[in-house]
Amino acid sequence: MPNKILQAKGMNRCIACYSCMLACARVVYKSFSPRYSAIQIRTRGGLQSKLAADICRGCLDAPCATVCPSEAILPRAGGGVKFNRKKCVGCAACAQKCVVQVIYFDEHDCRPVICIQCGICVGFCPHEVLSMEVRQDA
Amino acid sequence: MLNNRPVRVLLIDLERKEIAVEQREDLNGWLGGVGIATCLLKEHLLPEEDAFHPGQPVVLAIGPMATIYPLVTKAVAMFKSPLTGELGESYAGLRLAMSMRFAGYDAIVIKGRAAAPVYLTVTPRQVQFNDARGLWGLSTEESGHILRQLSPGSGHRSTLRIGPAGEKQVAFAGVVVDTYRHFGRLGLGAVLGSKNLKALVIHGDLNIPITNSAKYSRVYEKIYRQAVETDIMEKYHGLGTTGNVEPLNALGALPVRNLQASSYPEAINLSGETFARETLIRKLSCSGCPIGCIHIGLHRRQFAQGHQHEYESVAVAYDHELVYALGTMLGLTDHRHVYALIEKVEQLGLDAISAGVALAWATEAQEQALIDRQEMQVELSFGRMTPYLTALEKIVSQPTAFYQALARGTWFAAKQYGGSQFACTLGKNEVAGYHTGYANIIGQAFGARHSHLDNAGYAIDQELQNRMHTTAPEEIVERIVSEEEMRNALNCLIICLFARKIYQLPVVAEALSALGLCWTEEELLKLGQKIYREKMALKKAMGFRPEEITIPERFLEASAMRQRLSPDVLESLRKRMVEKLAAF
Repeated sequence: MPNKILQAKGMNRCIACYSCMLACARVVYKSFSPRYSAIQIRTRGGLQSKLAADICRGCLDAPCATVCPSEAILPRAGGGVKFNRKKCVGCAACAQKCVVQVIYFDEHDCRPVICIQCGICVGFCPHEVLSMEVRQDA
Repeated sequence: MLNNRPVRVLLIDLERKEIAVEQREDLNGWLGGVGIATCLLKEHLLPEEDAFHPGQPVVLAIGPMATIYPLVTKAVAMFKSPLTGELGESYAGLRLAMSMRFAGYDAIVIKGRAAAPVYLTVTPRQVQFNDARGLWGLSTEESGHILRQLSPGSGHRSTLRIGPAGEKQVAFAGVVVDTYRHFGRLGLGAVLGSKNLKALVIHGDLNIPITNSAKYSRVYEKIYRQAVETDIMEKYHGLGTTGNVEPLNALGALPVRNLQASSYPEAINLSGETFARETLIRKLSCSGCPIGCIHIGLHRRQFAQGHQHEYESVAVAYDHELVYALGTMLGLTDHRHVYALIEKVEQLGLDAISAGVALAWATEAQEQALIDRQEMQVELSFGRMTPYLTALEKIVSQPTAFYQALARGTWFAAKQYGGSQFACTLGKNEVAGYHTGYANIIGQAFGARHSHLDNAGYAIDQELQNRMHTTAPEEIVERIVSEEEMRNALNCLIICLFARKIYQLPVVAEALSALGLCWTEEELLKLGQKIYREKMALKKAMGFRPEEITIPERFLEASAMRQRLSPDVLESLRKRMVEKLAAF
């Protein structure tokens, strides 16, 4: 069975609770701050507008990995990437190269906040918005 | 405060356009939220000056658990209320607490009056004073659109703004927070208007590292699972607070037509079920709450008379208090009419409860010929929506002496024009949508902010229903006061009061301990008691005299939960409460 990647197909149901962001920040990035989450739920014109999810789209040949000079980011079978923080040199090339511009580069820490497709966020979604699924073309 | 840092306070002087930041170790013993806000209010308040004196402070505060535990989502505002002339205290959700947390401020104190309209932008890196002359006069929706274009932090920031009601200093003007929540009650909007402060945009993106990850994650997850996997919160997510309309009606505790009645055959048309079935399009949450209690309905209406297929639509948040104040109190029976009034109240930036109660009183006063047609300019009548729309606009534009009086609140207008006996106010504040009996009345009349949420007297009434006449007044008063003290402890953290069954004191102590803050249950309760006393002392300094509180006859005329209330029982409770408060 190939690896699954994060999907946000139920965004029409999203209640903007940010539990997913808080989960990623808490578990993966050890931060209280939802800014330090690889998934970002946002409004696109106030709370009367629909909500959108900025998430890693699980590229099969991820440009962020291709451009990484130190093999800190490596492609992952089934889509997306693996990230080894210890190998990161803080060049921010991954964030610049991301096609959908969802890698946040923390200037203070000189490290990217990047999705590792762990699915932690899915377990904290209360409204059937997020899921982990196999890429059909994987 | 969080991670054992001192409380960080941002001081803003609108007159001088100056800011300062204080690190207040001395406030740590007050935990956060209403605890630190009470101290800061006391420190900066001019108790004997008018609520609109430029030197009066507005204090905003959050608690150490804000956003980082589920359902801990609110911020408190404290100020001198232009409606009651004494303690102003109000709570708002959505993104404000999160924005303050990650902008790096536990409290913000705003003083002074700007020379011309301004709006403030607060981020971790700067505080900007911006020209708001182009926003002055705009509705809360229009100003929201513009502020979104002009400010940083798209998608996550918090935008507070006042409408024309706040600008015109209507004593019960509120502040719209992120479109769907409010600092309602007691007139914060008017205070901001008096300061020429149209809006405040806060955005935070600071990284706050977790110090004890394993313990914090374990406690977080336990609370989260309890919130989403048990039935405790279901009523708030399911129908939301409008789920109360029918049960209250069945109890005979739903105020109708200026509390001329307490049950409503037409309640079914305004029930949570009807709103959900006919209009509900989505639910929203405050940041960090997985429940989604904010119910948004689609209000569609035809325009351009004579053209068949022209419609406009707006997405409007509805709640029990709105359906009560702008529905049953005005004798309306069609949810579309309630939506029209909610939308108007939102655009003008009025507090919905006060606005509805004021209109209900005005209707009866006009029926009794206390106000002449020229002064009123419209013919108000229970059940007719359109004149109410007009009257709401006139409360803001104040074209006659009558509307100038009504803009100062129902209590004030009734003093001027007569009809105090049927003005549904307690402690000069318009009452909430429950007529359950004695504890509800006493609780609101003597609560620190004259709100049903001070001490939930309505819940005590329901619990004691058949035993009320045999329960000693001392015991009832004691229950009201101890509930209020307990709520003051929770409001240091500003846990949503809907979640009080989840956040029992042992859970609160455990959650704080995972953040490195050591508070025992006893210490939390003692803090709640201390804050209650401080607030009462502040109220007295501003002129509150418990012995002068009177209870309008209307509260005794309408049956409460199908029982006629006894003036003697009410009087014994009033006396006992006055004695209790005299000791502080």
